[in-house]
Amino acid sequence: MLRSLLPALSLALVLIAIAWLNPRAISYFGFSLMLNLAIPIALATIAQMFVIAGNELDLSIGTFVGFVGCVTATWLKDAPLLGVVILLGSIGVYALLGALIHLRNLPSIVVTLGMSFVWQGLAILILPKPGGKAPDWLLALMAFKPPFIPFPIIAALLIAAVVHFGLMRTSYGVILRGSGGNSAALKRAGWSLLRTKIALFALTGLFGVLSGMALIGITTSADANIGNGYTLLSIAGVILGGGEFVGGRVSPIGAVIGALTLALAASPLLTFMHIPPDWQVAANGAILIIVLAARVLISRRER
Amino acid sequence: MASLRTLLARPWIWSFFGALLVWLATIAFTGGYGGGGMITAALSLAVFTVIVGVGQMFVITLGPGNVDLSLPANIGLASAVAMKVMDGNDAMIAVGLLAALACGMAIGAVNYLLIWALRIPPIIATLSASFVIQSVDISYGRGLQIKPPPGFADFTNWQVFGIPVLAILTVLFTIGAGIVLQRMIYGRSVLAIGQNIRAAWLAGVSVGRTRFLTYMLSGALGGLDGALLAGYFRGANVDIGNEYLLASIAVVVIGGTSVAGGKANVPGVWGAALFLVLLLTMLNTFGVSVGVRLVLTGLIIVGVITAAGGQKALR
Repeated sequence: MLRSLLPALSLALVLIAIAWLNPRAISYFGFSLMLNLAIPIALATIAQMFVIAGNELDLSIGTFVGFVGCVTATWLKDAPLLGVVILLGSIGVYALLGALIHLRNLPSIVVTLGMSFVWQGLAILILPKPGGKAPDWLLALMAFKPPFIPFPIIAALLIAAVVHFGLMRTSYGVILRGSGGNSAALKRAGWSLLRTKIALFALTGLFGVLSGMALIGITTSADANIGNGYTLLSIAGVILGGGEFVGGRVSPIGAVIGALTLALAASPLLTFMHIPPDWQVAANGAILIIVLAARVLISRRER
Repeated sequence: MASLRTLLARPWIWSFFGALLVWLATIAFTGGYGGGGMITAALSLAVFTVIVGVGQMFVITLGPGNVDLSLPANIGLASAVAMKVMDGNDAMIAVGLLAALACGMAIGAVNYLLIWALRIPPIIATLSASFVIQSVDISYGRGLQIKPPPGFADFTNWQVFGIPVLAILTVLFTIGAGIVLQRMIYGRSVLAIGQNIRAAWLAGVSVGRTRFLTYMLSGALGGLDGALLAGYFRGANVDIGNEYLLASIAVVVIGGTSVAGGKANVPGVWGAALFLVLLLTMLNTFGVSVGVRLVLTGLIIVGVITAAGGQKALR
C-alpha cells in the first residue's frame, strides 16, 4: 500500500523543500510559474508509459515532440487542414512502427533510436532556424487562467484521470496491460497481439502529438531541438511514478506525479537553493537519486 | 558452397555487407576517386565507436534493462582528465591514459553502486549518474585549452600504408574481447546472466561480481575512448562524447547482439561501426542537407534492423 503512495511522497518531498526554501512560491501565481512546463512533460511521460506498458521503450519521443512542435508552429497555423493531416499521419507512423516491431520481432530500442534521427531530420527540414508561431487558439488555451486552482494542476489532474480510467478501468485497458504482463496467455485467449501493440504505439503517438502542441502553446515558437530532453525525462518520469520496464506494470497517476516531480525538481527547486548553473544538472541527477533512495528505504521497511 | 552458407548464417556478416555496399555506392558516385582515403578515414573514426561499442555490448548482454547511458558524460570527463594530467608533456602520456582509465572505472563503480544499493533499473542509475558526471566535467573542464602532447596526437593519427595503427590495435583488442567473452569464465558468466539471471545464480555464477566487473569494464573503455578522442581531435571537450550514446547502442544491436541479453557478437560491432561511419561519409559526399542526412540515417538504421530481424525469425 505504502509503495503505491511513493510517487506522491516524492512529490510531497520536493514540495516541502520548495515551501521551506521559499514560502511565497506556494501560491496560485507561484504554481502557475513553476509548473509551466509540467503539462508537456506529463503528456510525454504518459506517451512513454504506453509503450512501457507493452514492454517496449521509445527513445524517439523527445525528437518526435520536437517534430510535432515544428509542425504546430508552421503548418497548423498557416494551413490548419494540412497540419492536422500531418499530425494524424505521424500517429499513423507510430501505429505502423508498432506493427513492424511486432511482425518482425524487432527490438523497439533500436527501431525508435533510428526513428529519433528521422523525426529530428524532418523537424530541421520544416524549421531550419528557430521560429514559427503557435496558432492563436492554442496560445489562448495554454494561457487559460481558471479561478483558484492554477491551470497546470487542473490539466495534470485531467490527464491522470482520463488515462487512469482508460487504461486501468476499461476492459481493453486490461488487455493492453496484459500484453506486457503475459503476452502468451493473452494470445491463447484469442486476442491479437498485433492489435494491442499497434494500439499502444498509436496512443504513444497521440500523446506525443498532444505534448508537442502543449509545449508550443507555452513557448509560442518552435525549434527543431526543443523536445530533445524529453526522451530521458519521460522514461525517468514513468519510473519515478512507480512503473516498471517489464510486466505491464505502469500507473498513469504515478506517471503524471513523476512528471510533476521532475518538472519541479528540474528548475524551481534549484533556483531557490541558489545552485550555480554549472551544478544544476548534477543537482537534477542528485534529486533523482535521493528520491529513488527514499523509495528503497520505504519499501524495505514495508517488508 | 556450404562454407558460404554458414558464413551467411552469421548475423554479423550483414553489417559488413552493408558497409561494403555503402562504400561501393560512394565511389560509384565519385567515379572511383578517393575510395582508399575513405576507408582510411572510416577506420580511424570507427575505432572510437568500436571501443565504447564493446563496453556497451558486454553491458547489454547482461540482460533486459542493462544499458550504460553514462558513456557520453564519461568520455567527456575522461578526455578532460587525460589532457590535464598529460599537460602537453610527452613523458606523461602513460600516466594520463591511466588517469583516464581510472576515471572511467570509478564512474563504472559508481554506476554499479547505484544499481545495487538503490535497486533501480541500470537505465535510470546510469542516467542519474551521467547528470552528475556532466556537471563535474563542466566545472572541471571549463575553458580547458590544453593540447594533447605531440607524441600522443601523432600516435592517434599514425598510419602505416594507409591503415591507422589505432585501428590495428583495436582489432587486436576486439579479438581479445571475443576470447574473453567466449572462452573465459567471466565472459561465459556474462552470457549466462543474460540468458537467465536466476538460473545463472543457482548454477553458482557470482552474479553481483560479474555485473560489477561489466559496468567497470564499460566505464574503463569509456575513459580510454575519451583520452584517445582528445588526442585525435587535439583537445578535450565537454560535448566530445555526445554522439556515442546512440552510436554505442546502435553498433551493438546492428552488429547482431541481442538486446534481450545473453547473446553477444564481437565482429558485428566492427561491421556496424564501419557501416555507420561510411554511411555518414556517403551522405556527406552526396552533399545532402543536415535534415535529409538525419532522415536517411534513421531510415537506413530501421531498414537494416528490419532486414536483420527477419534473419533472426527464420532460425
